[in-house]
Amino acid sequence: MKMDLITSLYVFMLAAIVGLEVIRRVSPLLHTPLMSLTNALDAIAVVGAILLAGEHKSTLSTVLGTIAIVAATSNVVGGFFITDRMLKMFKASRGPKP
Amino acid sequence: MTPFPTDSIIELTYLIATVLFVMSLKWMSSPTTARHGVWAGELGMLLAIVGTLLNRDIRDYKWVVIALVLGTIIGVPLGKVQMTAVPQRTALSHAFGACCVTLVGTAEFYLRAPAVPKFMMSVLSMEVILGSLTFTGSLMAAGKLQEILPQRPIIFKGQNIVNLGMLLVAIGVAGYLVFHPDHTYLFPVLLAIPLLFGVMMIIPIGGADMPTVISLLNAYAGLSAAAMGFVLDSKLLIVAGALDGASGLILSVNMSKAMNRSFSNVLFGGFGQEQTGAKGAKETRPVRSASPEEAAEILAVASKVVIVPGYGMAVAQAQHKVRELYDNLTKRGIDVKFAIHPVAGRMPGHMNVLLAEADIPYDKLLDMEEINGEFPQTDVALIIGANDVTNPAARTDSSSPIFGMPILDVDKAHTVMVIKRSMAAGFAGIDNPLYYLDKTLMLFGDAKGFVGSIVRELSGGGNHG
Repeated sequence: MKMDLITSLYVFMLAAIVGLEVIRRVSPLLHTPLMSLTNALDAIAVVGAILLAGEHKSTLSTVLGTIAIVAATSNVVGGFFITDRMLKMFKASRGPKP
Repeated sequence: MTPFPTDSIIELTYLIATVLFVMSLKWMSSPTTARHGVWAGELGMLLAIVGTLLNRDIRDYKWVVIALVLGTIIGVPLGKVQMTAVPQRTALSHAFGACCVTLVGTAEFYLRAPAVPKFMMSVLSMEVILGSLTFTGSLMAAGKLQEILPQRPIIFKGQNIVNLGMLLVAIGVAGYLVFHPDHTYLFPVLLAIPLLFGVMMIIPIGGADMPTVISLLNAYAGLSAAAMGFVLDSKLLIVAGALDGASGLILSVNMSKAMNRSFSNVLFGGFGQEQTGAKGAKETRPVRSASPEEAAEILAVASKVVIVPGYGMAVAQAQHKVRELYDNLTKRGIDVKFAIHPVAGRMPGHMNVLLAEADIPYDKLLDMEEINGEFPQTDVALIIGANDVTNPAARTDSSSPIFGMPILDVDKAHTVMVIKRSMAAGFAGIDNPLYYLDKTLMLFGDAKGFVGSIVRELSGGGNHG
């Protein structure tokens, strides 16, 4: 238990550092799609909600878990969808295509 | 049945998903690779969800499947909204994310109570406090952006003290629960106070502060998800939450810098307030105004034009007309660029998305640092629906409320044209000395209509070769 906690803190710290370094390099041009993408990734919380709803430990937890899945899934679907739509619109003048 | 190492497979999908998530953000660094980023994110998400569904602790798939289908049905229209509605859509999705986190946190508390270990209770409190304040705060922000709620900041005496007091009470209750988790009746308080706080936090916010607020809510949403990762001991969720939190943090810092606010000012929701004291002595000096014909003539003989879009362009839906203007001028061999201030619009990067939607190549969209050096060589700076981000008082007048805010140096261009409805002051209520310069021409009218008239003049003015 104690070890788990320390490991989790390590993971959090390293992920935060990686996140800061990687995201600092994102062009301001793409800050709107960046926000919708991180929002979609954040909806990975759906994993916790699925377990909660599926394990069926109590009525309360199943109900809350089910609502939570709906909320998170709409973020996953909507978030990736609109990010891709936005990115498709960004085109260079001419020259090298992606 | 042969024994199948399901648990290891699930863990492996989570590990791959984590890597894909980091790569996804890495590919966002350039518009040429950004779409790979979306695909990596989608693949990671799919793997993680399928992996989770394999979990043998799941006894009943009925509700899971119903919820997944329902969420998809809600998600599709949310992915199809108009580009002008992206800020409110983003705020709404922060609310959904926070809603999920708060509900899971609540369920976990009641499943574990009364015996919740101290550390568990601490992160659980953090999860539900951040989650619930982000939930109502984001709903409020979305309401203001969608103009369902009044956009005017509502300010009353002692607002900050009330808000800070509420937050302290919530933290106090959380602290008590850490040591006495058996007092479960206190848990609803831990939800209610931040829910109210979220509303109170957004009440004093005006439209121009939205980019900062949305970024901050993004950071809160990420941190609450990371806290949920600690509660569930899910490394994948910790990583995703930390990445989202880092992204929100960077954007918040960027936005606060672009508005010359200290970061603590932003953190404690001290938005809006400073500006209310704006005592811009109303000037009645004369301005020079011009007609579309005159504007077109000046543009036609320019060799370098910089267009400065602001929220007014988004409101007037003028981006497609601006694109026509861009095409016309470019065809004449005129160098046309766009100057994007970090806080132009209602969320970070808002202008870029609108202009990209209108098919303007992204290499013509330059941010403040890239473009500012070019204004002295610019013949015409054309400002469309932007105000405070071009106000030279920010550079020169130390008594101005926006003094010190980085601005676009449009006043260094040879000629400045400002498309504006009237002489009314901008969001901050500050007069803009730019408008009284000799080199400035005011083009009064609706942004879309006026740009349209200029384009008509340019293409019909007998200039076709």
